Amino acid sequence: MPNFTLRVNGTEKNADVSPDTPLLWVLRDSLHLTGTKFGCGAGLCGACSVHINGTLTRSCITPVSQVVGKNIKTIEGLGANGLHPLQKAWIAEDVPQCGYCQSGQIMAAAALLQKTPHPTDQQITDFMSGNICRCGTYERIRRAIHRASAGGAK
Amino acid sequence: MIGIHFPGRARAEAESVFSPSAYLRITPDGKITIVVARTEMGQGVWTALPMILAEELEVDLNQITIEQAGASTLFGDQGTGGSASVRTTWDPMRKAGAQAREMLISAAAQGWGVPRESCKAESAMVVHSATGRKLSYGSLATKASALPVPDNPPLKTGDYKLVGKSTPRLDTPSKVNGSAVYGIDFHIPGMKYASLARCETAGGKVADFDASAAKQIPGVTFVGKIGDSAVAVVADSTWNALKARRALKITWDEGSNKDLNSAAIFEALHHADESKPVKFFSVGDASNATGKKIEAVYQLPFMAHAPMEPGNCSAHFRGSECEVWAPTQVPQDCRDTIAPQVGLKPEQVKVNVTFLGGGFGRRLEHDYAVEAALVSKAINAPVKVTWTREDDMRCSTYRPVSVHKLSATVGDDGLPTSFRHRIIGPSINGQKGSQPVNGVDSDFPDEAAFHYPIPNVLLESVTTETPVPLGWMRSVYALQMGFATESFIDELAAAAGKDPLEYRLQLLSKSTEVKYFDTSWNTARMRNVLKLAGEKAGWSKPLAAGRYRGIACFGSFSTYAADVVEISMENSAPRVHRVVSVVDCGQVVNPNILEQQIQGAVVYGLANALRAQITIEKGRVVQGNFDAYQPIRMNEAPTVEGYFVPSTEPPTGIGEPPIPPLAPAICNAIYAATKKRIRALPISS
Repeated sequence: MPNFTLRVNGTEKNADVSPDTPLLWVLRDSLHLTGTKFGCGAGLCGACSVHINGTLTRSCITPVSQVVGKNIKTIEGLGANGLHPLQKAWIAEDVPQCGYCQSGQIMAAAALLQKTPHPTDQQITDFMSGNICRCGTYERIRRAIHRASAGGAK
Repeated sequence: MIGIHFPGRARAEAESVFSPSAYLRITPDGKITIVVARTEMGQGVWTALPMILAEELEVDLNQITIEQAGASTLFGDQGTGGSASVRTTWDPMRKAGAQAREMLISAAAQGWGVPRESCKAESAMVVHSATGRKLSYGSLATKASALPVPDNPPLKTGDYKLVGKSTPRLDTPSKVNGSAVYGIDFHIPGMKYASLARCETAGGKVADFDASAAKQIPGVTFVGKIGDSAVAVVADSTWNALKARRALKITWDEGSNKDLNSAAIFEALHHADESKPVKFFSVGDASNATGKKIEAVYQLPFMAHAPMEPGNCSAHFRGSECEVWAPTQVPQDCRDTIAPQVGLKPEQVKVNVTFLGGGFGRRLEHDYAVEAALVSKAINAPVKVTWTREDDMRCSTYRPVSVHKLSATVGDDGLPTSFRHRIIGPSINGQKGSQPVNGVDSDFPDEAAFHYPIPNVLLESVTTETPVPLGWMRSVYALQMGFATESFIDELAAAAGKDPLEYRLQLLSKSTEVKYFDTSWNTARMRNVLKLAGEKAGWSKPLAAGRYRGIACFGSFSTYAADVVEISMENSAPRVHRVVSVVDCGQVVNPNILEQQIQGAVVYGLANALRAQITIEKGRVVQGNFDAYQPIRMNEAPTVEGYFVPSTEPPTGIGEPPIPPLAPAICNAIYAATKKRIRALPISS
């Protein structure tokens, strides 16, 4: 099998996988970065969300061959020094219940704040509706995004 | 009182561990470990249960370490479901904390040579108030281990330090940085990855399969039948296993259910043989009541749990033992079911419990765990079986369909003189082989409640058969019973020309208890829940143009719940803007988690009400992924305001009770908006 060199969270990693392997499974099975989750395998739920060159991307439908040479960021590498402000806000608002979708939710929120540092409720809704949470944490997600966008204050 | 529940622990170490019960260990180095013998699936047991023990033990939450119990013989039934984790561990965990506290105080008092009454416990220390001397729990561990365990230690009755206080969840930090380990994240070196193709028709079998193409996929090491109705592919990665599975050519023997379809299932339910209904609740004589008769028929579809984490399990069969790592709500059932399947005794099967990416009842089954054990045995290596979303949707166990026939006679005042409700549908527990209780499904006592003191009441059940696999889904029969009962009560209120809230309060106006199986439903408690819901929702205040309200209340899992919804109609469909949800669940342990559970129940219940529907065509489930079975996303999530009526009664359930009133409240709001009754869920149908 071909060997791919990937730049994940700022570090070069190697994986022996077939070119059609979705990035999701390379992250999880080859690199043991399991914070990125499998939810639907069809780009419908957002649990597998990562950033590719800063763009929010569904890793479950992105073949590894398409991300060679690009900057891949996962939940494990979101905070450059310790926790990202969104992760701190997530803790402050006690957002997660089962927590399974939250990596994807936080990666989506980070992509939102990158483009729109102070989103309105409607902007949050429009951007975050690509991610499913079966535990129904949406209100706290919204609060946490507002908190992070306000620099941690509520 | 020695740490005997850890057989691998060295004897010397075990003897120095203070462990008066299986729920707690304190070591001389001061480490305090609280064991959680329920499963953390999002409902907060990793925080609420330790709080209960820590309250009595007099330790702070930042002084404890949590350990997840696997399948054990030390904790009784470890099943996590039925909104029961807090209500069933409230007593044992308080007792465990109090026993240890009393023993630690005795150990310190003896060492100091002072009366134990002159000592108190606080913040993991025993303090001699008169002299200010202090000893840490760790330093007392060895001495306390030698003392007898008190049978009836004194328990607090109030003045709690932890219980009742909003407290951050202890599992949150690991759930925001990707480090929390769910079943699907489990890994051990040398592990293989498996995907199984299962017959999607109930009762169907593998007739034949051609593995030649699958074996061409790189990394594939095994293809073989697992049981009668599945073929497993094992590879060096999940992706290769999935690819190889797709390359399998399987001929199914779909058996007698190959033409099963939803239309025929409902047709049969509506025309079921009702000659022998089973009476499960009655007051007075409903058959002889007189007055104006009102009737209505309701129905509910199959639904799927669809937790975010698809089914999965890891297993390592090692000849004389089998170890599994399961995201399960029922570790003991997993152990006992796996054992005979792989030729072992239950004590040779070790079940470790991981975090769950949602349970909602789906993980009360053990199919995924048995599969993992069988595949591991077949390949003689550790393996992780991962289900796809389509597997989860099409090879699940489903909330059962049901038809409800309700009738009432009403007096001149519009109040019912009699009330009858007949539920017609298949039994979950019956299908699984459990004995009925008084002729009905054993879930009815917790879920099919009735709490109005109407003079003549008759609740009956007609149990039908279905080949569709059934399972317990969040709130179980309470969803069905709540929908039918509270929709019908609203119809009675409308027929009487009365306000829906006032009508319910009038029905409950007599302070009494409605004895239902082992629960006594107190009308005053339900009244208070309704009143608070009405007050918080501004029931008596006018609404903005185009907005409409609906209300419903229902008791389940011994908790009283009422929901008020505010909707508008957009293109003939309801849009739910706001939900006020009120409960009386006895003593609240952690209001922070209570709010989460209410918000979650409303969002989950909203999907159930609006569009959750599993349909069957040609013997198979039609829906496969989140495009066809759509959960609620943020753009449809209403504002949810959760409240509780303060209470010092023992805690009851919270994970499920806010759900049953939601669907009828929405349908009652639709009636307020359109004067049309919705009598079949989902509303979108």
